[in-house]
Amino acid sequence: MNHLLIMLPLLIPLFGAILSLFSWRYVRAQQVIGILAQAFMLIASFLLLFDVNDNGIRTTQMGSWPAPFGISLVADLFSSMMVITSSIIGMAIYLFSIKGLDKARQTFGYYPVLLILQMGVSGACLTGDLFNLFVWFEVLLICCFVLIALGGTKPQLEGAIKYVTINFLASGFLLTGIGVVYGILGSLNLAELAVLVRTPVSHPALITMAGMFFLIAFGIKAAIFPLFFWLPASYHTPPIAISAFIAGMLTKVGMYALIRLFTLVFVTDQELTIPLFTVLAGFTMVIGVFGAASQNDFRKILSFHIVSQIGYMLMGLALFTPLAIAGSVYFIIHNILVKTNLFLISGVVAHNRGTFALKKLGGVYLQHPFLSVLFFISAFSLAGIPPFSGFWGKFMLAKAGFEIDSFVIVLVSLAVSLITIFSMTKIWNEVFWKNKPETDPLDDVVTAREKKDNRLLHLPVLFLVMFILFIGVYAEPVVSMAQLAAEQLLNSELYINAVLKK
Amino acid sequence: MELILPFLIGILFSASLYLILHRHFFKLILGLILFGLATNLFLFVIGRLTRGGSAIIGQDERVATEPFADPVPQALLLTAIVIGFGIQAFAIVLIKRVYQSFGTTDLDDMNTTDQIEEKH
Repeated sequence: MNHLLIMLPLLIPLFGAILSLFSWRYVRAQQVIGILAQAFMLIASFLLLFDVNDNGIRTTQMGSWPAPFGISLVADLFSSMMVITSSIIGMAIYLFSIKGLDKARQTFGYYPVLLILQMGVSGACLTGDLFNLFVWFEVLLICCFVLIALGGTKPQLEGAIKYVTINFLASGFLLTGIGVVYGILGSLNLAELAVLVRTPVSHPALITMAGMFFLIAFGIKAAIFPLFFWLPASYHTPPIAISAFIAGMLTKVGMYALIRLFTLVFVTDQELTIPLFTVLAGFTMVIGVFGAASQNDFRKILSFHIVSQIGYMLMGLALFTPLAIAGSVYFIIHNILVKTNLFLISGVVAHNRGTFALKKLGGVYLQHPFLSVLFFISAFSLAGIPPFSGFWGKFMLAKAGFEIDSFVIVLVSLAVSLITIFSMTKIWNEVFWKNKPETDPLDDVVTAREKKDNRLLHLPVLFLVMFILFIGVYAEPVVSMAQLAAEQLLNSELYINAVLKK
Repeated sequence: MELILPFLIGILFSASLYLILHRHFFKLILGLILFGLATNLFLFVIGRLTRGGSAIIGQDERVATEPFADPVPQALLLTAIVIGFGIQAFAIVLIKRVYQSFGTTDLDDMNTTDQIEEKH
């Protein structure tokens, strides 16, 4: 039963995708299969989380080969929290897509590809094998390539060419790093690697070099300074249902892999990695938030904010105390939910008004006060105003920073929070508050049919706001779970013993 | 052989990066293919080049007879080749589509998604 629980987040989307492919011509059937698959995913990942929370790290071996030889799947708290967040936003995206995505794209394989993408995310989070991690990353990347290019409009193709090229390079670096690790240590199982690097090795510098390959590879995928330029160039091009999932999830999976590897395997040379991460985290936050401040497009502001928030997650890894890692874990979960939701809200607004440009928008508050409240909650969560969810993540990170006297990075992060409020206020003023600019009166004609669609589009936003409010207002269980997850990450013996069954 | 291969890999890596940094679409494709080749060759070489049999354990032995070639890098390599092939195929089709809809072969024309919208 336990083995099945770990496998379910992979099997459900796989079978869902296969069934959707079989019903290629019947979009309605694909939608029903998709929603069912998402519902099962949610249940399965909740069960997995409770199981891991009660019983500690769970493992299973593919093909029953014993641990260092076969491929291990490992579910600890961090990975099960990632899986559950992925299924929550997957559910929201599916609900949104039914009305929020054009029919042409829906009939052209959108649903099966998104399910495979989710399988890739779950796989990357659950795998306990370095090469397998690469394979899952390729699974999710190729799905992203397809989704970004799906529909083939000019901006999409342009975004896709940048995205594909840079991510192909990143995968090459990742593969090279895996080669170096295997060449030095002769193993690919993460638990065994963790044992091997902690015993005296002949070339400690080589392991650091391999770590740098992983830093560059996952740094590109997570959009860390100075490797983030592809992100604001491509994330805003596809339709909102697609960019919401990609923007919410993908960079955080890169961040997950970084945290996993740099707490478990590449811990030997922390005199180098910790200052490096600190500098990178600071620059990522600052550049991202300034990039956002200069933009005039709803989606582009949000895209640059992804970069800025990645800095906070890296900051937790840079401080490297239990509280800081817990802050990172919490922040990742919070950010996936909030970012996806903000993208979805921009999609709802654009569905009504047909544009993302701030100058052409306005007066949404008068027309849709409820949507505005939902935006208000998400935006303040992103900026980190108590009692919303971003506050707790930032509070944990700042407290951890003060505890080890890293004042500079904490001050930078707090200043960045202020500028985040500035850009959220900018969106609020331009989109929701200011008067609607003079436009062609024909634009205002909203048919009854569209109004009905509109209500359905609010549903996924409301769904996500519920979770955001839950982890913000009732933060205690999530925070304590994040602290447990951080303990598991930092006490590598737990992971090693669970996988190698010592 | 062990002396030639590192240099070959180095040349492949540098040539591919040089080609990727070019503005022409076709050179981008070539660069991506060469980069894939370079990483695959690197993976192959770093698993140690061994002249020997395959790592198959005979009927009445308990371990494979030395020297045998390490099968793991070869397995990795096969997987990486297949994945690389798929992604390269996708990239080529994508670039063809881009060429068809933009009517250009110059990557420098691909800068509209980076621009900040003008204020109206």
